[in-house]
Amino acid sequence: MSTRTPLIYTPKILDLFRNPKNLGKMEDATVSSQAGSPACGDVITIYLKIEDSRIIDASFESYGCAANIAAASIITEMVKGKTLKEAWDITWEDVTNELGGLPSIKYHCSILAVGGLKRAIRKYFQEIVKMHPDWLPKDLSKEERQALEEEELIERIYRKYGVVP
Amino acid sequence: MVKVSEFLKQHGKPSREVYLDHENSGWVPPEVVEAMLPYFNQRGYGHPSITNLPGWEAYEVVESTLEKVNKTINAKGGELVITHNGTEANNLAIIGTALGSGRERRKIITSAIEHVSILFPARSLEEYGYRVVTIPVDKEGFVDPDMLSMLIDYETLMVSIQMVNHEIGTIQNIKTLVETVKDKDDRIIFHTDAVDAYGRIKIDVEELGVDLMTLSSHKIHGPRGVGVLYVREGVRLKPIMHGALSTQKMWPGVENIPAIAGFNKAIDLTFTNFDDNVKKMKTLRDMLMDGILNNVPEVLLNGPRGDKRAPDNVNVSFLQVEGESITVELSLRGVYVSSGSACTSRVLEPSHVILAIGRRYEEAHGSILFKVSRYHNKEDIEYVLSQVPPAIERLRIISPLARESREAVKKVVEV
Repeated sequence: MSTRTPLIYTPKILDLFRNPKNLGKMEDATVSSQAGSPACGDVITIYLKIEDSRIIDASFESYGCAANIAAASIITEMVKGKTLKEAWDITWEDVTNELGGLPSIKYHCSILAVGGLKRAIRKYFQEIVKMHPDWLPKDLSKEERQALEEEELIERIYRKYGVVP
Repeated sequence: MVKVSEFLKQHGKPSREVYLDHENSGWVPPEVVEAMLPYFNQRGYGHPSITNLPGWEAYEVVESTLEKVNKTINAKGGELVITHNGTEANNLAIIGTALGSGRERRKIITSAIEHVSILFPARSLEEYGYRVVTIPVDKEGFVDPDMLSMLIDYETLMVSIQMVNHEIGTIQNIKTLVETVKDKDDRIIFHTDAVDAYGRIKIDVEELGVDLMTLSSHKIHGPRGVGVLYVREGVRLKPIMHGALSTQKMWPGVENIPAIAGFNKAIDLTFTNFDDNVKKMKTLRDMLMDGILNNVPEVLLNGPRGDKRAPDNVNVSFLQVEGESITVELSLRGVYVSSGSACTSRVLEPSHVILAIGRRYEEAHGSILFKVSRYHNKEDIEYVLSQVPPAIERLRIISPLARESREAVKKVVEV
């Protein structure tokens, strides 16, 4: 079809694709957030249940490729039990390593997962507890910025080709 | 990064397998493989242009194959250039025509849904002063002859429009398009990429009036490694690759004789009982298409229906799920297909063909191409139909878009 590249996934990714952990909408979530866009072909939703600044439960939904599903699933595993500060410090490289590696063309999957997580944490402080802890940067993090750029990119493409989104 | 062997171990070999990705690589039947084997080391393993027995035997393979190709496309003259694949034949058609021309004409007209082995070489000529004009297609992938006629001017060097689209199966009315072009200016070269037409619809180059036409072995269950460009007598081409020439004046490098022998056999198998083979493909195609459209909610058919669609092509967009994950999920279930999703592409852009027929990006991401063949039977399609609905359902359970859509429907029902 178009120009392609070989894609090989680690056993961890294939395992999480087959049997995703923490899958589904969390009805009693403290906060949730979404990153990505349907037009880009990847959307991650992160749900967090927070008590005393600690994530006691997390779940996800994913529209995307196998790596996207695995990245969203593994990040919910990684944050469970962590304080919000500890969760904020998770990088996309951490997620990639936890998956056993990703093909470079799929790095944006772990970036999107971290972007979604950071959005949820920011939203928690801005909209729910309405306070700003010292460790939370005022400016958007690299991952939040990248998620936003991806979402805006597709709007630009639609405008460029005259397609109404 | 992980080794491929580890990945394969984790994937496992499904107990039942149905290969439907003939678009990207043809499945080769044992008869064809058998026909190839002697030419590695028993006979015809020589060079077809050298004066020794294995060489003459190799030349016999070339001669016999070209005769068969000529017969199956009803070519009364002209030349057949053997290349090492369809991409090379398409490159020769586009760039070779430009090089062979007098350079006064600088406009190349092609359609928005051509294979990239047409679009990319055409675009590569832009930096040498050529202009590429891409005709949009309608919602089923058809080129409008009136629009084509409008775009033709005194600068037009060539028109390249494929006979059958490789992704959505649209069968263009090539005869009308050729007449449209030639009526305006009979010096314009008409090329058609017929790799997805050969063995599926009847091709008669004399009746169609095309100047150049591309064929590919692996699209008719021959091996990969053989492409053919038909060149009408009087059409001026210049070679684009240079090296030792053999039986071919337009393409250097020794012919891949075992692969040509396999192609030869594949032609026999494809064109013996041609009508029955096509009828069988159509029956399986409709069974698969109707089975999916009737049993999976929220799915769109890409391309036309009925006789204007290639007999082997089924292409659908599953909404709210992404194509790469569908191909992986179906692979784990032993159903092998490909997707027009961005996630399967190097540039993270979805299929230009699906976008060109007016589909939105999210619709292109969920597109899946199934190609049935005469080697499938009813039971294979039944198996595929038993796996596709649960595969899509499982991915929709993961997808937030599917949940949002379900909730929206529920709300409407409650109101």
